[in-house]
Amino acid sequence: MNLGKVTGVISNLIFIEAHGAVTQNEICLIHTENKKLMAEVIRVTGTRVSAQLFESSMTIKMGSRVDFTGKMLEVELGPGILSKKYDGLQNDLAKMSGLFIDIGQTTPPLDNDVYYGFTPLAQEGETVQAGDWLGSVKENWIDHKIMVPFKLEGTYTVESIVKKGDYLINDVVAVLSSEVGEKIEVTMVQKWPVKRAINTFKQKVRPNTILQTGLRVIDTLNPIAEGGTGYIPGPFGTGKTVLQQAIAKNSKTDVLMIVACGERANEVVEIFTEFPQLTDPVTGRTLDEKTTIICNTSNMPVAAREASVYVGMTLAEYYRAMGLKVLILADSTSRWAQALREMSNRMEELPGPDAFPVELPAVIANFYSRAGLTELNNGAWGSVTFIGTVSPAGGNFKEPVTESTSKVARCFYALSQKRADAKRYPAIDPIASYSKYLDYPEFVDNADKFIQEGWVAKVQKCKDIIRNGLEARDQISILGDDAVPLDYHIAFWKSEMIDFALIQQDSFDDVDMNTSLERQKYMFNKIMEIGEREFVFFEFEQVGTFFKQLINILKQMNYSPFDSAQFKKYAKELEMAIQKNKEGTLTE
Amino acid sequence: MAFKRIYTKISNITKATCTLKAEGARYGELAKVNGMPAQVISVVDEDVTLQVFSGTEGVSSYSEVVFTGSPPTLKVSDLLAGRFLNGYGEPIDGGSELRGESRMIKGNAVNPIKRSSPSTLLATGIAGIDLNNTLVTGQKIPFFANPDQPYNEVLADVAMRAEADKIILGGMGLSNDDYLFFKNKFTKGGVLNKTVCFINTSENPPLERLLIPDMACTAAEYFANDQKQKVLILLTDMTLYADALAIVANKMDQIPSKDSMPGSLYSDLASIYEKSVQFAHGGSITIIAVTTLNEGDITHAIPDNTGYITEGQLFLKQDPDIGKVIIDPFRSLSRLKQNVIGKKTRSDHPQVMNALIRLYADAVNAKSKKENGFDLNEYDKRCMDFAKEYSRKLLAVDVNISIEQMLDTGWSLLKTYFKKYEVGIKEEFLEKYWNEEKTIKA
Ligand SMILES: Nc1ncnc2c1ncn2[C@@H]1O[C@H](COP(=O)(O)OP(=O)(O)O)[C@@H](O)[C@H]1O
Ligand SMILES: [Mg+2]
Repeated sequence: MNLGKVTGVISNLIFIEAHGAVTQNEICLIHTENKKLMAEVIRVTGTRVSAQLFESSMTIKMGSRVDFTGKMLEVELGPGILSKKYDGLQNDLAKMSGLFIDIGQTTPPLDNDVYYGFTPLAQEGETVQAGDWLGSVKENWIDHKIMVPFKLEGTYTVESIVKKGDYLINDVVAVLSSEVGEKIEVTMVQKWPVKRAINTFKQKVRPNTILQTGLRVIDTLNPIAEGGTGYIPGPFGTGKTVLQQAIAKNSKTDVLMIVACGERANEVVEIFTEFPQLTDPVTGRTLDEKTTIICNTSNMPVAAREASVYVGMTLAEYYRAMGLKVLILADSTSRWAQALREMSNRMEELPGPDAFPVELPAVIANFYSRAGLTELNNGAWGSVTFIGTVSPAGGNFKEPVTESTSKVARCFYALSQKRADAKRYPAIDPIASYSKYLDYPEFVDNADKFIQEGWVAKVQKCKDIIRNGLEARDQISILGDDAVPLDYHIAFWKSEMIDFALIQQDSFDDVDMNTSLERQKYMFNKIMEIGEREFVFFEFEQVGTFFKQLINILKQMNYSPFDSAQFKKYAKELEMAIQKNKEGTLTE
Repeated sequence: MAFKRIYTKISNITKATCTLKAEGARYGELAKVNGMPAQVISVVDEDVTLQVFSGTEGVSSYSEVVFTGSPPTLKVSDLLAGRFLNGYGEPIDGGSELRGESRMIKGNAVNPIKRSSPSTLLATGIAGIDLNNTLVTGQKIPFFANPDQPYNEVLADVAMRAEADKIILGGMGLSNDDYLFFKNKFTKGGVLNKTVCFINTSENPPLERLLIPDMACTAAEYFANDQKQKVLILLTDMTLYADALAIVANKMDQIPSKDSMPGSLYSDLASIYEKSVQFAHGGSITIIAVTTLNEGDITHAIPDNTGYITEGQLFLKQDPDIGKVIIDPFRSLSRLKQNVIGKKTRSDHPQVMNALIRLYADAVNAKSKKENGFDLNEYDKRCMDFAKEYSRKLLAVDVNISIEQMLDTGWSLLKTYFKKYEVGIKEEFLEKYWNEEKTIKA
C-alpha cells in the first residue's frame, strides 16, 4: 500500500504529499486519533495529491498518515440491500450507534449473519460469463439473483455449485474455472466501483412501454417509459419532492432506489415512517420491502453527495441485471452539481458558467445514460428508469444544471411557480412539459395495443385543447370578457376542466393520490368527450357557471373509489349536466 | 497543552484575514491575532490563513499570533438560561463567567433514522400561520420580509405565544433598538429565565456574526437533547449572516457564484437550519428565522438558497386594501403542515384552507382585470369583496384566535360570498359545515 502525509486542509479539501504512485479517484484513508477517514483523490500533481474528504475535517492534524487503498469507491452488492437505509457511502445507518453520526463511523452495508435460502439456477459444467445467474435467493419478496461477478472477463465453467439450502452471504455458493483453469470462488457478495456502469447485458434498446406512476399528468399526458429518463426542475416549494414521493409510492416497479441528495433530513424521515405502512400497488406487500434509501442530507458531508447518486445508480443497475424493473429517484441532482462546484472552486479551477465546473454537462450526460431498458444474456429484460429533480437557482431554468439535464433527459416535468402559488398541484406546466416517448413509434404502437387504439393521437388532441384554452385566456384578459366571441370562453373553460379534472391531483387524498391506468383511460375518455363536444351558450357568464359545475362533479369523481356507487352517482350527474346543455335548458 | 504556539511574522493581511507560516495548525482552530479572536480557515503546507472576526484593523506584519489548539466551544449547562452572550459565548450582561462542559460548536449531524417525524402542532394564534401555513415543533422556517416590515415584532409575538421550554435568540447585526426591544419583550413577558440570547449588534464587527447561529444551535442541542426540552431558536437576520460569509469568501479570493455569494452558501446555511430536529425522547429544536429581502426579491441567492433548505417560508407583505401587514398566502408555505392539518386539527382544515386561497387567487385576477380597465363580472366582484374580508379576518398578522375559530371564520366567508359548487370542497365537508349555523365572533 502506498502512503502519504497530510500537508494542508481547506474545509473538505485535503492536500497530501504522497510517496509512490497514486491513481485518480482512488480512495485514501486519513488517520486521525482513533479513526481513518475516507477521501477520494481528485487531482494528482507530481507527489502532491488533492483529495476530497467524505467527512468533516475538524479532527485532522497536519502530518497525519494517509493510506492509499488502490481502489476506487466501491459498493457491496448482495442480498440484504432492500429495505436498507444507507448514507452516501453505503454505510448502514441502522447499524450506527448514538443519536449523532460520529466522524468516521463506518458500518457494513450487508448483514453477514443472515441466512438466505439459495436455489441453484446454473448446472455444473455450464459455460457462464459475468452477470449470468448462478442461483436465486429470496430477499424480502424478490427473487434476488446471485450472479457471476461483474468484474470477471471472458467465459467460465461452473465447476461446482451448492445444493438448495440456507447460506450466509459470505459462504461460497459456486466455484468457477476460467479458460486457463484458474478457480474462482463465488459468494453471494461482490464489489463494484460506483462510477462505472454495470454493462453485463446483451443489448440496450429504446424504451417502448409506459411505466405507470399513478399520476394522471404523467401517465396520460407525458408518460415516462420503462428504462426512460425524466427530470423535474422547479423553484423551491413548487412540489418536486412531493411529486417524486408520489411517483415512488404509486409506480408499478419491482425495486425502488431513492437517493436523498443534499436535501432535508425530515423528508427522509417521512419516507422512513411512511413506507413501512404503505402498500406497494404491485405486490400488496409494504413499500419499504422493495425500497432502498440512500441519504446524504444537506447537513451530511458535502463530498459524499456525489457518491450518493452513484451508489444509488449502481445498486439500481445491480437489480436490473436480475431482470427487474427498477426505478431510481434522486432529489436533488442540483445538490450534487453544487458539491462539484464547491470542490472545483476550492481547487481554484477555471470555472464554467455560474462557477460550475466545465465538465458538468458531460458528467450529467454520462450519469443519465446509465438508465435504460436492457435485454440480458438469458433473454430476460430489466430496466432502470431514472427521474431526477433539479433545483434551479432563483427558479430560472436558464442555468447550467437545468440546461445540461434538458439535453439528456427525455421527459421534462416543469414545475411552475404560478401554478404552485395558485395551489394547482401537481404544479406541472402542461404546455412547457413534454415526453419525448410520445414521439417514439414503438411507444405509440404499444399504447395502441395495451391502452387503446389511437391513444397517443388523442393525447396530442388534449394538449391542443389546453393550448387553445390558454391562448383564449390571454385574449380574454387583453380584450375583456365581452369583447371576445363566446367560443373563446368555451375554449378557456375546456382547458380549465382538463386542468382541474385531469392535471390536478391531490397527493394527500387516499383515493385521488393514485389513479390506475384503467381509471385514467375511463376519465380521459370522459373528459375528451366533453372537450370535443359542441355546446350552446348565449352569454359568457353561462360558460363559466356550466363548466364549474362539470368540474365540481369531475373532482368529486376523482375523490371517489373507482366504480363505487358514489362514483357512479357522480358519473350520472355528469351525464345529466351535459344533457341539460344539449337541450338548451341551462341552469341559472 | 504542552506549549503555547506563538508566531510574530504575518506575511499577508486582507481586511478580514491574515496569513502566516506556522506549524501544526489545525483547520478550524481558534487563535488570537493581536489579542483579537481569529479562526483557521485554510492550511496549505506551512501557510496558515486566519479569519480575524473583528477585522484586521491594527494588525501589522509583526503582530502576535497565538494558536489555542481548539475550535470554538460553548460552555453548556442550565446556567445558560437567562443569559446574554456574544458570538464567542462570553457574557455581555455583566453577569458571572459561564460554567459547564465545553462543547464544540458545529456538532455532528443527527443520524436521520434516529429522528422522529415532526408532528406536534405549534400554534401561534396568527391565522396566516396556523390556518394556511401550520407549523410543527422540529420545523425550520424563515420569515421573508422587506426591511421596513415589522418582522422582529412578529417574530417576538410568535416566540411568546408558541409553547417552548427554552427560547434561544441569535441576533446578527441586530440594531441596538431591536436588541432592546427583544430584551424588553422577554422581560415583560416574564420569560427571561427561559431565554438565552446570543447577540451581535450592528455596532459589533460583522464577522462575529458568523459564530452566532452555531452558538445558538449548540445551546439548543444541550437543552433539547441533554435536557429533552422543547427549544425554539430565533435567528434574525440571516441575510446579514450570509453577507458576512460573502466577505470572508471574497477575501479568500474564492470565485463567487450568484449575487457575489460563496458557492458553499447552500451547505453553510443548511448546516445551521438542519439542526432543527424532533427527537424520539420528546426534545425538539424548532428554528424560526428572518431573511430580509431586497424589494421582495426572493430570487436573490440568500432567500433562494434558504427556501431550498427550510421547511417553507412565511412571506410578510403590506396589503394596501386593508392597510395592514399580512402573511401572503401565495408565497408562504409550511412544508410540514401535512403532518398535522386534518389530523391533529379538524378534518376540514386542508380543504377549507385550499378553497380560501384559491378563491383569493381569483380575487387577485379580478383585481388586475379591473386595473387594466375591464368590467368586472358578478363573480369577480364577489371575489374582491371576499378578499378584503379574508385578508382582514384571517391573513393580517394581528389576528390572534384558535384554529377552530379560523376554520369557522373560513366557512362563514365561503358561505357569504360563494355558491357551493364554486368552492370545490368535498361533498362530505359541505354536508357537514355548509348548512351549520354558527355565530362567528370576528
Ligand atoms: N401534489 C401536491 N398536492 C398538495 N400539495 C402539494 C403538492 N405538491 C406540493 N405540495 C405542497 O407544496 C409543498 C412543497 O412541496 P415540495 O415537493 O416539498 O417542494 P420542492 O421539493 O419543489 O421544494 C408541500 O409541502 C405541499 O404543501
Ligand atoms: Mg424538495
